[in-house]
Amino acid sequence: MNRKLKQSIYFGLFRVSGWAVVAAIAVLIGYLLFYGIGAINWEFLTQAPRVGMSKGGIFPQLLGTIYLMALVLIISIPIGILSAVYLVEYQKNKFMKGVWRVVVHNLAGVPSVVYGLLGLGLFVLLLDMGASLIAAGLTLSILVLPIIIASTREALIAIPPSLREASIALGATKWQTVRHHILPYAMPGILTGVILSLSRAAGETAPIILVGAAYYMPGLPDSLFSAFQALPYHIYALATQTRVALTGQSLYGSALVLLMLVVGMNLVAIMLRNKYRKKYRW
Amino acid sequence: MVIHVTDITVRQLNVHFDKAHALKDVSMRIEEKKITAIIGPSGCGKSTFIRCINRMNDIIPSAKVTGDVLVDGTNIYDAKVDVTDVRKKIGMVFQKPNPFPKSIFENIAYAPRIHGTKRKEDLSLIVERSLRRAALWDEVKDRMNKSAYDLSGGQQQRLCIARTLAIEPEIILFDEPCSALDPIATAKIEDLLIDLKKDYTVVIVTHNMQQAARVADRTAFFYLGELIEYGSTRDLFEKPEKDLTEQYITGRMG
Ligand SMILES: Nc1ncnc2c1ncn2[C@@H]1O[C@H](COP(=O)(O)OP(=O)(O)OP(=O)(O)O)[C@@H](O)[C@H]1O
Ligand SMILES: [Mg+2]
Repeated sequence: MNRKLKQSIYFGLFRVSGWAVVAAIAVLIGYLLFYGIGAINWEFLTQAPRVGMSKGGIFPQLLGTIYLMALVLIISIPIGILSAVYLVEYQKNKFMKGVWRVVVHNLAGVPSVVYGLLGLGLFVLLLDMGASLIAAGLTLSILVLPIIIASTREALIAIPPSLREASIALGATKWQTVRHHILPYAMPGILTGVILSLSRAAGETAPIILVGAAYYMPGLPDSLFSAFQALPYHIYALATQTRVALTGQSLYGSALVLLMLVVGMNLVAIMLRNKYRKKYRW
Repeated sequence: MVIHVTDITVRQLNVHFDKAHALKDVSMRIEEKKITAIIGPSGCGKSTFIRCINRMNDIIPSAKVTGDVLVDGTNIYDAKVDVTDVRKKIGMVFQKPNPFPKSIFENIAYAPRIHGTKRKEDLSLIVERSLRRAALWDEVKDRMNKSAYDLSGGQQQRLCIARTLAIEPEIILFDEPCSALDPIATAKIEDLLIDLKKDYTVVIVTHNMQQAARVADRTAFFYLGELIEYGSTRDLFEKPEKDLTEQYITGRMG
């Protein structure tokens, strides 16, 4: 076969694959928009569901998901970033570094329902938190830690050692070097991990069912220790109703809101990332 | 008036990287306000040697340093000595220019700021003085807030020198500062080195024997981790005492 022909066959394959991905996303979003956009209005976002979830809105579920994301942000992001910094910048023992890396990698591959079981055993039962927001927040935090650690680690090791040397040679301490150079230069990569984590926290269903999300409950959670509702589980609830015909629009509306939440966050992350990229480039 | 003696006395210095013995029993005295060149074939321990003088080897986990390095009469490896004070007194410029990915101003203001200078006016003065001393001021004074990465390689290296001058060191170590530069940029740095020795003790590692001959008062020849010969630059190049030295400077070494 001649080389030009071969080339065009392979390029053709690449092109088809590329467009297939775009098409899949376009179909997904188009589908949700088509069926869900009609459901979304002010009332939908600010009211509780009524009449067996077939009417009303999704306010308690939206709020629950936002609470979960906030908890994950507060709990796992500082811990994840600090432990990655420790791992890369402070841990000198090569063997320990290797052990850490393997552990983190494997944790990232553990199915989420297993984290749910961990949360159920540890937070809900052993530590007696009950099925609650805090138990779910902690469980999701553990679930996303490997993501944050891995992406922060990638960002840190991409910084050339010569920049660390430059700062150290000026009489800076290690902490000053980390604080004024390493962390700012790594920020784009760190933010990527943060956003991925928040998206995970917003979308995970299996673990939160085990540790505190209610299928349906009246009212809003009034403390960290009360049960709550969240969008992904609500979508599941609506989709498994016997009379989906009645809940259909709510269903697609909820999915659309969840999608917009995640896409919105990704956009913010991209903007922040570009800002940092412009500020520090090497 | 306090008279600072900033000569460096190295005694029985040994460096090991895991099993490799990179520096073997090196003893020498580096004179104050002179330029001392370190020459020798690749891998002979030149960088390892000067990185002992500001304790940069401390950041390599596998490096074990034994022996004494006396600066101003104190052993910088003494347990009581704060390593950041050592590095503040002994600046270092590296082989590849390594400016921070920040503005020209921030590159130089960083060190004085972490060492306690807070006022913007004071910082501006230090920045200007350091840039002038590094013969870079005229080229950059109109773009202090531009990224240091927009400078040419030679300018970046002079920026790194200015950055080091801003910590007001007494000794400056250069590890092959010109190896990434073209001849014109190299000549500028060499002029600068000669100017700097009025006020600073300078140690420079170089691969380039002509460079050592041009700028250095004294030259040390290292081979396989050992100090083979050390003396005035002229003596070392014109009548070397050791066969190894002669082989190296005449280019007859494998
Ligand atoms: N971080 C390190 N880990 C292990 N061995 C090292 C390390 N740094 C240097 N060495 C070893 O120590 C010896 C001396 O290296 P050094 O970098 O001091 O040589 P050099 O004279 O500066 O060479 P060059 O002219 O190529 O820069 C070499 O054998 C090198 O392999
Ligand atoms: Mg070297």
